[in-house]
Amino acid sequence: MAIDLLYFAWIREAIGRDGETVDLPDGVKTVAMLIDWLAERGGGYTEAFVDRSRLRVAVDQEFAGLDASLAGVREIALFPPVTGG
Amino acid sequence: MTPDIRVQHEAFDPGVECARLEIDNVGAVASFTGLVRGEGGLAALTLEHYPAMTEDALRRIAEDAAGRWSLAGLTVIHRVGRMTPGDRIVFVGAASRHRGDAIDAMHFVIDWLKTDAPFWKREEFADGRSSWVEAREGDITQKKRWA
Repeated sequence: MAIDLLYFAWIREAIGRDGETVDLPDGVKTVAMLIDWLAERGGGYTEAFVDRSRLRVAVDQEFAGLDASLAGVREIALFPPVTGG
Repeated sequence: MTPDIRVQHEAFDPGVECARLEIDNVGAVASFTGLVRGEGGLAALTLEHYPAMTEDALRRIAEDAAGRWSLAGLTVIHRVGRMTPGDRIVFVGAASRHRGDAIDAMHFVIDWLKTDAPFWKREEFADGRSSWVEAREGDITQKKRWA
């Protein structure tokens, strides 16, 4: 299953790109599993996801938890806690 | 009442925005303007956002406010891009018959916007340092009082 990933703020800087499309391996069923899978790539990915407590997620443009399912999802955004206003 | 939501690079004029909220039967307009603080040697602030999601997130907050208070108008403007000290970043304006609704709705929207809209601030300092702003625990506490 192909899924679009978007990265913002220091997650984007650590990874070195603002997004990508990936083909999910069969066993990857939640956002947390997706992050584990990405972190295994090493380098900036590992660095970006080292502290999960500082990670926030949107699933198809809605804020979600790390336990959110990836079933039928088209877009996942990974970013730090927001700091607007 | 349909909230007026704008995410833009351009500057805005709070006076013009407040006057625009002075519509028929309005007795009160309350507004908040957030500015770039120039403290600690700050040279510039860059606001990044999640374009596909930002406007919907702001609209949801505004509609939540419209459901809680009796409003005749509600305007939310958030700038993105690079700004310097003294620049205006964000505007929230609410109009109602009586002051309580406008004041509370304006306060609610700015508190929620801090924690529930996908914006990130990066600071640049005069000495060349640059860093992402960390989220403040106080912003979560501030928001919770509206629960």
